[in-house]
Amino acid sequence: MSKETIELLKSKLGNFQIEFTDVNGTPAIYIDHKDVIEVCNILKNDESLKYNSMVDGVSVDRFEKKNRFEMIYNLVSIDNNKRLFIKIRLDTKKPEMETLSGIWGSANWYEREAYDMMGINFRNHPDLRRMYMPDEFEYHPLRKDFPLMGIPGSIPLPNK
Amino acid sequence: MPQTILPEQQEGEKKTKKSKILEALESEDLSIQFTDALDNEMVLNMGPQHPATHGVLRLLVSLDGETVKKCIPELGYLHRGYEKLAEACTYHEFIPHTDRLDYLSPMANNVAYALAVEKLIDLEIPERGKYIRVIIAELARIQSHLLAVGALLMDVGAVTPFLWAIREREKILDLYDVICGARFTTSYTRVGGVAQDVTDESLTGIKKFIDEFENNLDDMRSLVERNKIFIVRCENIGHLSKENCIDLGLTGPLLRACGISRDLRRDEPYLVYDKLDFNIPVYTESDCLARYYVRVDEMIECVKILKQCIEKIPAGQHNALQSKKVLPKKERVYTKMEELIHDFMLINFGVNPPKRESYCAIEASKGELGFYIISDGSGHPFRTKIRSPSFSNLQALSPMMKECLISDTVVIIGSVDPVMGEADK
Repeated sequence: MSKETIELLKSKLGNFQIEFTDVNGTPAIYIDHKDVIEVCNILKNDESLKYNSMVDGVSVDRFEKKNRFEMIYNLVSIDNNKRLFIKIRLDTKKPEMETLSGIWGSANWYEREAYDMMGINFRNHPDLRRMYMPDEFEYHPLRKDFPLMGIPGSIPLPNK
Repeated sequence: MPQTILPEQQEGEKKTKKSKILEALESEDLSIQFTDALDNEMVLNMGPQHPATHGVLRLLVSLDGETVKKCIPELGYLHRGYEKLAEACTYHEFIPHTDRLDYLSPMANNVAYALAVEKLIDLEIPERGKYIRVIIAELARIQSHLLAVGALLMDVGAVTPFLWAIREREKILDLYDVICGARFTTSYTRVGGVAQDVTDESLTGIKKFIDEFENNLDDMRSLVERNKIFIVRCENIGHLSKENCIDLGLTGPLLRACGISRDLRRDEPYLVYDKLDFNIPVYTESDCLARYYVRVDEMIECVKILKQCIEKIPAGQHNALQSKKVLPKKERVYTKMEELIHDFMLINFGVNPPKRESYCAIEASKGELGFYIISDGSGHPFRTKIRSPSFSNLQALSPMMKECLISDTVVIIGSVDPVMGEADK
């Protein structure tokens, strides 16, 4: 992770609680889930940062007692040709965060996918439905406590 | 195409504003005059079994006459849970599954996954292996674009160019047969290289193919590019502004058709693309016609890259020499003790990467194809997230289809070129 990027991010986001880390060479920051909206607005709109495109949202089940869930967003600055991951730790019992779909439009489907697969709730999301599984499905299949073979009877089949 | 009930989220809207037909039927007052025969709202269910939706894509389209008011794509008809399955496979075992992601260019997926795992375990492959991977990735791009262009042309009514495109595509599948022994589900790459070296026979085959390809492509283009029906049906259809394209996270030909020159081959170079000379075609119109031209021009660039690769490909090893990470050759496994042990360990316990996270993406034919892999130090990935270009690109369908005609929907789907195997994972 290059020093200039860290310095730049530090100077722009000095008021917030930021933790620097990296994803195998690509810069990444941990953001507290309370000030995610303010930080993301700066990341997108600041002239020198300008992370204007969100290309992916990864939901992770760490399977730990504290902060079990995590959202990782993959941001790209097309003008500066830079990539940044932002990570948000979420609560174990009630994984919930503010939606980012108001800032990057593409977050809409990535968050729907995370809701479907991991059961993470996004506040103020415009259209929080399941992405892949049927609407009446009760479980969240990518959680670590969901068995690989599925749960018998969880998807009702038509009568013979 | 049957008429269906609106999904739940639209019901609220519907209750407040009833269509004229509904009002008339409920009040049994059939005297309400329709000023315009087409002046009523209707919901059309396209797919999942619809030939023009390229696989099992389902669209709910609300229509006013022939104009599309709103369009909602529904996914999940080909959801096989590959991300969950990846957690139960070793890194090697998942390679055949990547064929089934974007099944129109399986080689590119193989390359993307192998690169992602190699980045995770810090493995550098020899130069020859890199060139082989570039060759197969570019063949996959031509293969995918030929079908995308051909299907788009067939959607607007031109059947001959589709058949000519498929004829060229068939030659690439035959080349795959020579290179790796399979036409469709290739599974050619391995962690640390490729399954087997390319022979001189396959290289001459590729050379023969690209020598003929440009002429054959020109033949196909001459059928349509000055054809008025094609131009009128594609020009200014499915327009999306530059800001919208960036906001929706589009990548690949869709992004390059709206005037943004972004290509991971140049911007985040991998393999040997920084040593090759090629252009990145960019158009600014951001309509279906521009997307067609981006794809056609990219195929010509692919031919340029392939020519350079065949000239420059060095002799030597194609697999990395790291016995604890790379599968040994089968004939050595059967005769040498050391290799037998390594093979046993790799097959049963897998490559054990350090405890870390890694993201690696390549420019596949449809856009940025990346794998975010989290490793906990064991032979299985803790989490694999597939960043598939089709999934992100499909999000643009809704804004593209706003206020277009019902007949244009198939053209727009064709120009987005989604592959549901990849979008549904």
